[in-house]
Amino acid sequence: MSWFEKLMPSRIRTEGGNKRNVPEGLWTKCDACGSILYRAELERNLDVCPKCNHHMRIGARRRLDIFLDPEPREEIGAEVEPIDILKFKDSKKYKDRLAQAHKATGETDALVVVQGELEGMPLVACAFEFRFMGGSMGSVVGERFVRAVNRCLEGNLPLVCFSASGGARMQEALFSLMQMAKTSAVLARLRRAGLPYVSVLTDPTMGGVSASLAMLGDILIAEPGALIGFAGPRVIEQTVREKLPEGFQRSEFLLEHGAIDMIVDRRELRTKVARLLALLTHRPPRQPAAPPPAEEGDTAGQEAGQAD
Amino acid sequence: MNLNFLDFEQPIAELEAKIEELRYVGDDAEINISEEIQKLQEKSRALTQAIFSKLTPWQISQLARHPQRPYTLDYVERIFTDFEELHGDRHFADDASIVGGLARLDGHPVMVIGHQKGRDTKEKLRRNFGMPRPEGYRKALRLMELAERFRLPVVTFIDTPGAYPGIDAEERGQSEAIARNLQVMSELRVPVVCTVIGEGGSGGALAIGVGDRVFMLQYSTYSVISPEGCASILWKSADKAQEAAEALGITADRLLELGLIDGVIEEPLGGAHRDVETMAQRIRRRLVTELETLRAVPVDQLLESRYRRLMGYGRYQVKE
Repeated sequence: MSWFEKLMPSRIRTEGGNKRNVPEGLWTKCDACGSILYRAELERNLDVCPKCNHHMRIGARRRLDIFLDPEPREEIGAEVEPIDILKFKDSKKYKDRLAQAHKATGETDALVVVQGELEGMPLVACAFEFRFMGGSMGSVVGERFVRAVNRCLEGNLPLVCFSASGGARMQEALFSLMQMAKTSAVLARLRRAGLPYVSVLTDPTMGGVSASLAMLGDILIAEPGALIGFAGPRVIEQTVREKLPEGFQRSEFLLEHGAIDMIVDRRELRTKVARLLALLTHRPPRQPAAPPPAEEGDTAGQEAGQAD
Repeated sequence: MNLNFLDFEQPIAELEAKIEELRYVGDDAEINISEEIQKLQEKSRALTQAIFSKLTPWQISQLARHPQRPYTLDYVERIFTDFEELHGDRHFADDASIVGGLARLDGHPVMVIGHQKGRDTKEKLRRNFGMPRPEGYRKALRLMELAERFRLPVVTFIDTPGAYPGIDAEERGQSEAIARNLQVMSELRVPVVCTVIGEGGSGGALAIGVGDRVFMLQYSTYSVISPEGCASILWKSADKAQEAAEALGITADRLLELGLIDGVIEEPLGGAHRDVETMAQRIRRRLVTELETLRAVPVDQLLESRYRRLMGYGRYQVKE
């Protein structure tokens, strides 16, 4: 702050007012490291900060767009739309909240399902739209998810889900809670059919979504630094009345505690998931695999020998 | 103020106190006051009926958490015989906030599982106020799978404020433990009957609540979030809990109306804690009848209708 600004009474000082003069959307700031980033470059980098590797939240459409092959794509379950069965009203009407969320996101609810291909492999992929009421799971999310799984069952397809959700949708009360049971039950069928389900946990995956469909993947992948858990950190802090450990409920914490299989950088997700699905479905590798380097095999052998 | 009575029951408490007083006097006085006592008792009954006939959802949620409300083990000893409690998840610990074991219902072996709250401070702590950690849910899972192997129906009692929001619980995978139970229960190859006896607190309740039949006691509640929690998030003030309780539709009658549960088991006048014996017998009768019906259903058919029921949850519109 300059000496002149210091002289001015705080009332008439307009904090950060001049920042707004920058043309909308051209530059953006990383939430994590504060670097000012060129929007177009950030987008090319899939919204991962080139300076600090922070994975920013991205919308459902974009998520599916960068994950799937450009063609073919068919949306599933878009015809399923929300209704306000309980006439729920808190400080705002649920109906109004829905309308507002629709206006802000262009979506009719918080889950988008698309049948498409990944490196030529047909599959069904779904993604949560966090900006739609915190990605909360109500009847529509549950039903769309069920339709996604049913499509997998009909077409013998693997399922990939990108979760980003605060949990159950309070405005649908017990109906939303029951979506946990509904989605878990349909996944039991997928499991029985021997079709793989890769669940990708992105920032944040909490509450009822975490405690149902998100944690039931055959393979659990998290993006770096994502907040993942059942109870929110604030609730836990209030309950146990102690400071939460550093990095608590972050992807790295979950990996360390054995809760997930791996953490994968957003820019490598396509390749990684494609490889995992190919392995699980007995498909040949996309490119002929290079023979494993001889040294590696030898080292493994030596280590095994030493262990004996 | 009588702590055995809730705020809205204070007029009843006052009457009851008067009756007690009269009884005390009656013991050593010559005058016959039994008639007076009888009159007052009738009045108290009528008053209770009047108050309980128009309880608000918030008042019901207070009843569901009444300090004297019967807990799982209070019912187990009155409903079942040969109860043998089984302990531990075989991985980490024995979580005392969930109890379970083998027992007989009307002579037939079953597996009983339920949340358990504590009565006094020490037990409350030991039972963690009925808030399970992952090991609790994994114990329940182990017992359910045991029941499946030996073709024993599963009977669950739900009574929890919710899954425990603690550091250790998160470290050991609270989400995964709950999710796993939901999935396994959806295709457990034995009849499953669930009864909410007190608080049905969100995912922590549902984790032992997926079954072929779900019942609620008249003054129990079942909700995606506690009224207080909902109020502090949506109204930004925990003081709005009454409004939240109203909006969430957490009562047995409302949930039956919405088709989310299968039946309401009526409570004795003044609530289950006023007459535990009667309450237990009513639950017992319902369980016996339902299990008789469910036992007769071939397993595949049982699972198919359970699945259809789960898939039927939710209200939405389909736009063409």
